Amino acid sequence: MTATTPAPAVPPPARTAGARLKWAVADGLTMTERGFAHWARQPGRAVVSLVFPVMMLVVFTYLLGGGMAVSGGGSYREYLVPGMLALAMSFGLEATMVSLTADLGKGVVDRFRAMPMAPSAVLVGRALTDMAESVFGLAAMAVAGYAVGWRWHGTWAAALAAFGLLLLLRFAMLWAGIFLGLVARKPEMVQAVQILVWPVAFLSSAFTSPETMPGWLGAVAEWNPMSATAGAIRELFGNPGWAGDSWAARHPVALAVAWPLVLLAVFCPLAVRRYRRLGR
Amino acid sequence: MTAILAEGLRKTYGRGSAAKAALAGLDLAVPAGTVHAVLGPNGAGKTTAVRILATLLRPDAGTARVAGHDVVREPDEVRYRIGLLGQHAALDEVLGGRQNLELFGRLYHLGRAGARRRATALLEQFGLDATGDKPVGRYSGGMRRRLDLAASLLMRPRVLFLDEPTTGLDPRGRTEVWQAVRSLVGDGTTVLLTTQYLEEADQLADRVSVVDHGRVVAEGTADQLKARLGGDRIDVVVRDADRLRAAAAVIGMAARAEEDAIEVDADARRVSAPVADRMAALAETVRGLAAAGVAAEDVSLRRPTLDEVFIHVTGRKQGPEADAAAGAARAAAEGSAV
Ligand SMILES: Nc1ncnc2c1ncn2[C@@H]1O[C@H](COP(=O)(O)OP(=O)(O)OP(=O)(O)O)[C@@H](O)[C@H]1O
Ligand SMILES: [Mg+2]
Repeated sequence: MTATTPAPAVPPPARTAGARLKWAVADGLTMTERGFAHWARQPGRAVVSLVFPVMMLVVFTYLLGGGMAVSGGGSYREYLVPGMLALAMSFGLEATMVSLTADLGKGVVDRFRAMPMAPSAVLVGRALTDMAESVFGLAAMAVAGYAVGWRWHGTWAAALAAFGLLLLLRFAMLWAGIFLGLVARKPEMVQAVQILVWPVAFLSSAFTSPETMPGWLGAVAEWNPMSATAGAIRELFGNPGWAGDSWAARHPVALAVAWPLVLLAVFCPLAVRRYRRLGR
Repeated sequence: MTAILAEGLRKTYGRGSAAKAALAGLDLAVPAGTVHAVLGPNGAGKTTAVRILATLLRPDAGTARVAGHDVVREPDEVRYRIGLLGQHAALDEVLGGRQNLELFGRLYHLGRAGARRRATALLEQFGLDATGDKPVGRYSGGMRRRLDLAASLLMRPRVLFLDEPTTGLDPRGRTEVWQAVRSLVGDGTTVLLTTQYLEEADQLADRVSVVDHGRVVAEGTADQLKARLGGDRIDVVVRDADRLRAAAAVIGMAARAEEDAIEVDADARRVSAPVADRMAALAETVRGLAAAGVAAEDVSLRRPTLDEVFIHVTGRKQGPEADAAAGAARAAAEGSAV
């Protein structure tokens, strides 16, 4: 070891609300950059996270595409692709949980927590990185969907609104994932949550119309937030939907906005509170 | 000025029947600019204490001030003044060493350029400049430890916490960490280090707190702790293990030591006892051994080791062998209870 060099002057910790906000933004962006640096270090992982949903989409369209009919009439492929897009957004919950618990388990969070940085930055960084990943994932899936014959028939504005609703769902799932990740703490616990997520994801209008499901299962599928988003984007893309006559079936767009907002209102504060309480 | 002041710290993990008291009223007072060692066996509560002082864990009861600020009420003021080298690496394993230091530097708000300059200086200082771009996940244990230490020195901390800083390092790595600690103290940093190496406490620390079951059982300079054992000791190594008992009798007489103060180590063929009058004890021992016909390989006078201090104040032996022994004893007890 060589002689020590003088340490630089570090600005004092935030003592006013203004300073706190400024550092919260700056630290959140620094942590987002860290997420991007992880992609650059592990391009294989980034590619897998893009390829997996695309593969699911292609496999399911060819697997189910031939043998299914849409209750409201129209092409099953055009019915299925929006469902797959909504499904991919819901599975984002797991992706977020996995990456967050990996961090929590590694001890690097201890260093973050022992530094005078904004406490929100770890979560904000996670959120922005995962959202960026989802934007790319969604684009890849849309291209793959186009390749297997899916089209949108509405306006560009409606299509953009549909992608906006998908990302809104992803954002809500992301905060649910952050909260559950903070509760689970360890990557091994994620599997327990998967057991809960998968049935909820498949118990929706993603693959089939809830009408065809037995009584109460159909009701759950109808009111499922994922079904709301799937129904809403089918409407916006001009793709065939399922012909239900419940309130949920007739107002998918309203529900696709309301559900994620409710989830965010619940999980966002819970997640921040939970992070602050890591030391208890 | 007191850099670290902890009073009555308590912390219990878990609830109900699984509750485990890690700290049971721990007190610490460390003057600024000194090195303080917390010495204790596995599970004594060392890491828990460090995590509370470094604002990572909230105590159930008690208060702690670090660098003049309360760890619970003003955590950011404390974090602004401390560096932490935890027991396990607190690094981003995916990123390279340089990327780690730059990331932490930016989170200390040094700015992009400032963080880069600081990272360069630290990599050089810790001999990591050649491996700065390799992902930390592929670093050796020693390199990781040095990078972790570098990260805790990004902005020169007023108080530095080192939780078992040299565990798992080879002798060279250990010497390097010791040197770094000494040069920091020269710059006025206060250091609290936990260790299982009694030698480390002896080498580095101005004062030592011996911790057991979550509270301090002895405190003082290494010399004071040694003096508490009754000052100097006499060691005799006999040629024939059968003669240990005879040797012990001679030494007990010569050193005027109580019977239970005499330690007999059969494996090393050694008898050890505290002595009050050094030269008289030495002369009488040599004479007594000759008269009893006990052949000795070595007779020496020495100061007690911190190991002996530890056994003296906790009634237990330190280190991994002691744990294994305790584990075996527990297993035996459980077995007989069935
Ligand atoms: N997160 C935790 N949950 C439950 N019990 C814990 C936890 N952390 C520590 N303990 C328990 O609290 C006690 C004190 O642990 P601590 O890690 O502070 O000891 P230590 O002195 O650092 O030990 P070591 O030398 O092994 O690092 C131990 O009995 C340990 O089993
Ligand atoms: Mg420990």
